[in-house]
Amino acid sequence: MVALLEVNGLRAFYGQTQALYDVAFALEQGGITTLLGANGAGKTTTLRAICNMVRTEGRVAFDGQPITGRATESIVRLGVAHVPEGRGTFTTLTVEENLRIAAYTRGRSAEVKRDLDQVFEYFPRLRERIQQQAGTLSGGEQQMLAVSRALMLRPRLMLLDEPSFGLAPLIVQEIFRILRRINEESKVSMLLVEQNAALALDLADHAYVLETGRVVMAGPSSVVKNDENIRKSYLGY
Amino acid sequence: MTTATPADTATTPAVPASPMAAAGADRRWVWIVVAAAAALPLLRSVVPDIISDYRLFLMSTMMIAAIAVLGLNLLTGFNGQISLGHGAFYAVGAYTAAILMDKLSLPYWTLLPIVAVVCFVVGFLFGLPALRLEGHYLALATFALALAVPQMLKYRWLEDLTGGVQGIVLLKPEAPFGLPLTEDQWLYYYCLIVTVLLFWAAWNLLRGRSGRAMMAIRDHSMAAGTMGIDTARYKTVTFGISAAYTGIAGALSASAIAFVAPDSFGFFLSISLLIGLVVGGVASLPGSIIGGIFTVLVQNSAQALSNFVKNDIGLPYDLSPYSVYGILLLVLMYVMPTGIAGGVVMAWRRLRR
Amino acid sequence: MEQLIQQVASGLANGAIYACVALALVMIFVSTDHINFAQGEMAMFSTYISWQLIQWGLDYWIAFFAAVAISFVAGVLIERIVLRPLHTAPVLSIIVVFIGLLAICNSVAGTVWSYLIKEYPTPFPKEVFGFSGLIGAHQLGVVVVTLLVLSLLFVFFRYTPLGLAMRAAAQNPVSARLAGVRVDWMLALGWGLAAAVGAVAGMMVAHIVYLDPNMMAGILLYAFAGALLGGISSPGGAVLGGFMVGVLENLVAYLGNAIEKGFGVYIIGNGEKLTVALIIVITVLTLKPSGLFGRVVVKRV
Repeated sequence: MVALLEVNGLRAFYGQTQALYDVAFALEQGGITTLLGANGAGKTTTLRAICNMVRTEGRVAFDGQPITGRATESIVRLGVAHVPEGRGTFTTLTVEENLRIAAYTRGRSAEVKRDLDQVFEYFPRLRERIQQQAGTLSGGEQQMLAVSRALMLRPRLMLLDEPSFGLAPLIVQEIFRILRRINEESKVSMLLVEQNAALALDLADHAYVLETGRVVMAGPSSVVKNDENIRKSYLGY
Repeated sequence: MTTATPADTATTPAVPASPMAAAGADRRWVWIVVAAAAALPLLRSVVPDIISDYRLFLMSTMMIAAIAVLGLNLLTGFNGQISLGHGAFYAVGAYTAAILMDKLSLPYWTLLPIVAVVCFVVGFLFGLPALRLEGHYLALATFALALAVPQMLKYRWLEDLTGGVQGIVLLKPEAPFGLPLTEDQWLYYYCLIVTVLLFWAAWNLLRGRSGRAMMAIRDHSMAAGTMGIDTARYKTVTFGISAAYTGIAGALSASAIAFVAPDSFGFFLSISLLIGLVVGGVASLPGSIIGGIFTVLVQNSAQALSNFVKNDIGLPYDLSPYSVYGILLLVLMYVMPTGIAGGVVMAWRRLRR
Repeated sequence: MEQLIQQVASGLANGAIYACVALALVMIFVSTDHINFAQGEMAMFSTYISWQLIQWGLDYWIAFFAAVAISFVAGVLIERIVLRPLHTAPVLSIIVVFIGLLAICNSVAGTVWSYLIKEYPTPFPKEVFGFSGLIGAHQLGVVVVTLLVLSLLFVFFRYTPLGLAMRAAAQNPVSARLAGVRVDWMLALGWGLAAAVGAVAGMMVAHIVYLDPNMMAGILLYAFAGALLGGISSPGGAVLGGFMVGVLENLVAYLGNAIEKGFGVYIIGNGEKLTVALIIVITVLTLKPSGLFGRVVVKRV
């Protein structure tokens, strides 16, 4: 079976500084994979490199098709939805507009309406705020909005960059519960970057560990979770 | 909301500064050039066809333009404050000189210090509101200034002083001490002395503490502030000095042409200075000279160029200096963003490698 | 009194023109942070194109729409060809390129059509609106046409998916890319629309100020003043600002005239139009750079 996303020899650069060194991993169709690592290990950069948002070398294939060097928006249109660090809210637009952007190539058809209903079914709170300016939403609501915007793209793969960042634990639990539902019901594969390793390992079925721009460990979540080094460094017990 | 991310604004400088440092030119060469320039009129008896009075006059206007471009360069090139309206300060200098000569009958050689002070004050005052503006906004404010200047010079209450639309007719300076020089020859020497003095002063300013502070503000204003540089004072004073330089150039030109009128100080003048700046080299002293020479050359050869296009190529169009400027401005930004001076330095470095 | 009302009415007509140019400036500013110094000369050039088409025997409105379409395409091309490569260039380079564009438009128009002042026709019949005196038929037509254009643009940006995508691209280009929006093309489209709106303004004003290559310089300055007054980051504000500046301009001239009549002292008149604009520009920039209706831009280090 061909992997949904295959990354080989991925290098990324910020100006002269190299941030990734030959990162390689693969994602299975339908699964949730997490990238773990300390600050500056290259987790966010890996997500950005997949979408060609930094200067990148190496090979990235989505569904068997090479996507390296393609424009970010083309990669997105292939079905790779990136939920960025900091949520990327269009603060001056309304919640509805924030969602409709992701479907703008599809016009205002009934199909878009159905997708909107689907999204509101996952996040009923957003329906209540539909005409509100997105900049006035709380952090948790903006994170929900970011996930919803990604869903509106009808993605096959979702890249999630620290969805728990800066949110209260209860909200985080709610969002992660919904992420699992989205994975199961909408058949969206996920690549999750998280500081909160315990949370990520609970949700994911596979894990890769990054250190200073290199993959140092990989395996099923259950195995990684029980690795002594990982426990000490990332789980804190 | 700005579209530029914080990282973008931090890494993109305000101006494409030339790699040639302020004190980059070899001193020996400077003396050779100055000596050659001083000897030039003496060759007149040897090769009268080449060194004509008219050519000397042209070279004087080139020096005047070089001083004006240097003034703009001090502000924009070395301090990062973009001005599209430096023609205004040129006008203030020219009119101050003309009015002092016309109304108070002051001799021309007493004018430059007065003009420098007047223009410094005017520049300093304009620099105060400019403190709150950066990049595009400052460009916008000075653009508006450039457009409004001719109209302000025609203001009815000033007509007694400025001569309104008619302007003021002046006398050309004559050689002092009974020196056997024609008006154009004396003008040439006068301009040469002033040019050398002003460039020397600018060189001294730039290689010292103040110069480093000016450039630090250009490269990263906020960081310069945290390093203890009084950015507000430096920026306003630089505005004043810059205006004084350009104003002196204006005063010299009033003497040289022996005439001032509002419509010669319009937007086109400001554009000429801008093109002198970017053609010669942003943040480069020799570049200012190249820029000055260039603007005069374009304006004087435009007619010849136009005839060439009409008669030899056969196109029924008048080619104005404006069109040459426009095309050059565009092309330069792609091919040689640091101007001729910067381009030469880069080519030289590549050759030596 | 009647004279005052007349001044306000014709101020509104001028203001409509300033509003269009101001809106064109804002459309480019919000998406790129650039101030297009060539906006006025581009509009002037569009007006010459329409004039040429009319000379060749085309009906006014056909020439009008053709010129708008040509301007749109030209605007898109200028963004793609001239400005795109300078995406990360220093501010000075970009400003210099705008000035270069300005000089090229002006000099090419001058060479091709000469610097002689030309009459430009009006499409509005003289007495069709059934009254005269208070406001000329052409002036009323100008207000109607510009309001039409402004409402069309409002509907486009507010209610169409493409308009939404353009707003999104302007507001947050990174996020817009991640939502699959082709941001580069949105910027180019914005340029095209700005050029088209500018063209409308040029063709409307040419009958009033007569056609010549320098006709837009003062108008551009007033549009700047309007855009700044209303808020250069706010399209609605810029439009309002344009109208305000148009009325203000006439009121200042009226007041100056009244003072001269009443006290015999000349203070200000039509000769100081550009100076008034300069004063507005500098006052707004120093006292309230975000304008009356704009958002304050917070600068991060």
